[in-house]
Amino acid sequence: MTAISLRALPWQGDDLFRRACLTSAGLISVLMFAILLSLCIGAWPALEKFGVGFFFSSEWNPVTKEFGAANALYGTLVSSVIAVFLALPVGLGIAIFLSELCPVWLSRPLSIAIELLAAVPSIIYGMWGLFVFAPWFSEGFQVWAGEHLSELPIIGQLFSGPPMGVGLLTSGIILAFMILPILTSLIKEALSTVPKVLREATYGIGATQFEVIIKVLLPAIKGPIFGALILALGRALGETMAITFVIGGAQSIESSLFMPATSISATIAEQFNEATGDMHISALIGLGLVLFMITFIVMGTARVLLRRKAQ
Amino acid sequence: MNNLLKGALLGCTIAASASVYADTVINGAGATFPYPVYAKWAEQYNKETGVKLNYQAIGSGGGIKQIIAKTVDFGASDAPLDKEKLDKEGLVQFPAVMGSIVAVVNLPGIKAGELKLTGELLADIYLGKVKSWDDKAIAELNSGVKLPHTPIYTVHRSDGSGTTYNFTDYLARVSSDWKSKVGVDKEVAWPQEAHQLGGKGNAGVANFVKRTKGSIGYVEYAYAKTNDLAYTQMKNKDGKFVMPTMEAFQAAAANADWANAPGFKLILNDQPGAASWPMTAATFILMHKSQANENTAKEVLKFFEWSYANGDALASQLEYVPMPDNVVKMVETMWHSDIKTAGGKAVY
Repeated sequence: MTAISLRALPWQGDDLFRRACLTSAGLISVLMFAILLSLCIGAWPALEKFGVGFFFSSEWNPVTKEFGAANALYGTLVSSVIAVFLALPVGLGIAIFLSELCPVWLSRPLSIAIELLAAVPSIIYGMWGLFVFAPWFSEGFQVWAGEHLSELPIIGQLFSGPPMGVGLLTSGIILAFMILPILTSLIKEALSTVPKVLREATYGIGATQFEVIIKVLLPAIKGPIFGALILALGRALGETMAITFVIGGAQSIESSLFMPATSISATIAEQFNEATGDMHISALIGLGLVLFMITFIVMGTARVLLRRKAQ
Repeated sequence: MNNLLKGALLGCTIAASASVYADTVINGAGATFPYPVYAKWAEQYNKETGVKLNYQAIGSGGGIKQIIAKTVDFGASDAPLDKEKLDKEGLVQFPAVMGSIVAVVNLPGIKAGELKLTGELLADIYLGKVKSWDDKAIAELNSGVKLPHTPIYTVHRSDGSGTTYNFTDYLARVSSDWKSKVGVDKEVAWPQEAHQLGGKGNAGVANFVKRTKGSIGYVEYAYAKTNDLAYTQMKNKDGKFVMPTMEAFQAAAANADWANAPGFKLILNDQPGAASWPMTAATFILMHKSQANENTAKEVLKFFEWSYANGDALASQLEYVPMPDNVVKMVETMWHSDIKTAGGKAVY
């Protein structure tokens, strides 16, 4: 019906459609550029005043109007990296189970459960983390770790400190829950791209299921796994609400993972409302710019890696 | 489908009827701290007069920006602006209502009102100079109270807030060390020497204090009350230890020297008087001196006039402290003398 009426018109429907799509696509690029530009303009006073030191200084003092991004940058990177490290083995396990070992009747409900995990709003993770997980973590793990792990050489330092329940490690764990769905579905997708003949041939020469998975499947999807990891990292870097609740809101860099810290997104969320000085606001926008650039680099790297593997 | 249509029609009817009543709307934006009481006043005021108040609790910073940009009829800020800033932007400022801050602790066996603290000690704790609960400085004040040998965790607000502004202002008044090392603001660089922890909002601080043994925090009085936290006694300027009660808060407000505060810039911390609670703070309203729309300005002032006269009970229910009558009189005199139409006619 539509096609007929379009064809009856004097101009080309195809052309109009193409232009409409092109405009939509162009809009995204314009939007992206506009955001970057407004971030740069907003951050300019802070960047001009503090120069490169803005990225490396751990001074964040609204009273003296001295601002540096190092604390927030550290918290963002460390909590995200912890999240990726914790989520990788679990995500890998779920993906392998779903695509290789799972009975057919279970696979659908299990996949849906994982998708639901992705649908939980991040504020719910934050509140659950603060009210349920953190108290348990403090008494269930941190006290024990303080007694047993804190004496160990090198890594002991990471697990010393007061058992407050919130902090870098807690944020990393909550983030791990949040990036699990994307990690799992990307790895599962990668596994499904491995040709069936490869599996059958390996079974044919007498390999066990374990050997097929470890020696054939996993090496075959090494690149995509790495790409998935980086995409998940990108997701973790920008997470705001959940982290704001559980990271502990302290502008400091400590060697212990139990200590409270802050992240870029948490600092912006917490301070933007009440920031009155121009330099304070500019520094917060500067933090946004830093996060934008990191996410951009991380996503770019992921795309390059995934593309290289695909060729 | 039919139901959906009915619902939509009903919605339209309601919207239409609402707009008949809400022909006068006052718009305000700013501080989150007084939001509950403004909302309560607005509800009651709307019932009595039909005038609707639309208040957006976007934070003091936002409130100041919005009133300067004239996108709202009044702005609200927890921290008062300087006289110079007010003059520069052509604004007037007046206090609307007060609240108070209490120190709360989590120490096994110590109940609300048992522990005694002084302002200097509170500053030393937050500076990380006093690190353990059985420190000599605390023990001296609290003979008879069994203090554990546990480290002190200091809990502060991680978000910028008027509460932090008033708390740090109090510490700076009583401790020269705090004044020189940390300073006063809505968000400060908390001393790293203390075991510090930041919670989001009053609720976040209350939660951390409730959960962390050996912690101390500061919250608005209402939060300490509703969360059953162990607040402390504080030593006031006259050297007396006082409990946080409505009477003590009102005493602080009554003893304050509003008459000599240019632009009503007065922070009620550390006020004289034997019964005064040392950490009390007013929250402020900002308006333009020159009003282009006389009627709207009049409505705003009428709302606050009504609130001063009839809002005390509602405010006290929510643990806010109403403004004393002598201050209200000063504010209303200022309205008459300072807020004018473009033609120079007094609005109030």
